[in-house]
Amino acid sequence: MAKGLFGSSLVKKYWMALTGLFLITFLLVHCAVNAAIFVNDGGETFNKFAHFMGTNLLIRSMEIVLFVGLLAHIVDGLMLYFQNRKARPTAYAKQNNNSSSTWYSRSMALLGTLILFFLIVHLGNFWVKTRITELSVIDQHLYYDGEKYENLFGEMQLVFKELWVVIVYVLGCISLFWHLLHGFKSAFQSLGLNHSKYKGTIAIIGDAFSVIIPAIFAAMPIAMYLEWIA
Amino acid sequence: MEGNMNLKLKIWRQKSTSDKGAMKDYQLGGVSPDMSFLEMIDVLNDKLIREGDDPVTFDHDCREGICGMCSMFINGEAHGPNRGVTTCQLHMRSFKDGDTIYVEPWRSAGFPVIKDLMVDRGAFDRIQQAGGFISVNTSGRTMDANAIPVPKEDADKAFSAATCIGCGACAASCPNGSAMLFVSAKVSQFALLPQGQPERKERVLNMVKQMDEEGFGNCSNIGACEVQCPKNISLENIARMNREYLMANIKPEN
Repeated sequence: MAKGLFGSSLVKKYWMALTGLFLITFLLVHCAVNAAIFVNDGGETFNKFAHFMGTNLLIRSMEIVLFVGLLAHIVDGLMLYFQNRKARPTAYAKQNNNSSSTWYSRSMALLGTLILFFLIVHLGNFWVKTRITELSVIDQHLYYDGEKYENLFGEMQLVFKELWVVIVYVLGCISLFWHLLHGFKSAFQSLGLNHSKYKGTIAIIGDAFSVIIPAIFAAMPIAMYLEWIA
Repeated sequence: MEGNMNLKLKIWRQKSTSDKGAMKDYQLGGVSPDMSFLEMIDVLNDKLIREGDDPVTFDHDCREGICGMCSMFINGEAHGPNRGVTTCQLHMRSFKDGDTIYVEPWRSAGFPVIKDLMVDRGAFDRIQQAGGFISVNTSGRTMDANAIPVPKEDADKAFSAATCIGCGACAASCPNGSAMLFVSAKVSQFALLPQGQPERKERVLNMVKQMDEEGFGNCSNIGACEVQCPKNISLENIARMNREYLMANIKPEN
């Protein structure tokens, strides 16, 4: 584009929307795969899914794209945040924001930062252990039909024994819910997709997604902590 | 008179652009509920002049909601608490006896304060000059506009975008200080009509470029502008501008 990749205010919007929608598709895949723990078969289905995700070349390549996408979303978001602060050098003595907009639509940077803190904990708990170091659980591997699988399910059970970890995860999901509640719809508006014909449909799908996905994610540590799943 | 109100006003006073400025308190009695907000400020100024004080400087012109000059941020909202009206159309009946009312100028890097409540909205003029027009020869052989067919729906949308009076309430109320509602209305009113087609792409590119240079913030679809706009300009215009800009970048020539 004429003014470089992050040049104009509108190009920054497009990046925010595109990376946001990409991260939304990631959430969907991640949630669908992890929901395998609810089969409640001692983790066999989940461990097999996790094995596929960890060894498939296409998925592993997408993992790199995912990190780049996430980083772009963060960098772009921070650029917007600091530029927007500069756009109003003197604050109002009184500004009644709540009469015209929702608090969460104004707090995307804050919510995003909370999600980032959660992600650091989350990646430390699972991603680092599966990709770089090794699992902390005693049975690091399980055998199904003679084949060897990493026991990620067991690792989850171990991690979610700690109440504070469960609380961090639930708070992360709540932040994600508010972030998505604005972000999902906002992405379509940024890409120019706002018309009375389909605006309502996008809003319904966006609201449903924002509730359902974080709720399923939050149910995972809770179910494991309460040992509903074993 | 009975029914008249006593008000406590907190008004931003600033001698010049370089002056630091501060909120100052005023007591004003005898305010009729039938007065417009600007008439109330007129009464205050009359009192200040009689007392030998400097009157409050503020922008105003037509006082019937179409010129876009009045520009007060009242109790934390552009043009006050009512919807779809400018400050001059806001009446004191919207307030109660004993109320404290905050009155501030538009706050935006793109709108430097000239004095008190008056800001320099030259940024909007420069954005308009960057492309908010159509080039039509007026040599006498111009085609009659009514002879060009325009779909009714397009004409309606163009007209409703064109009702933007360029007052700056969008940029003033946006938590990000973004002026995109204004710019998108000016882009839309021409993008929807046949007369706007020859300059369609360079218009959106140049107007957005100028908007960014003026120091306004970035839109994050919060939607406060649409609520505070005295002319109810829709966010659909911003989506249209996003589309126009994307297409103009993908294929810059018409």
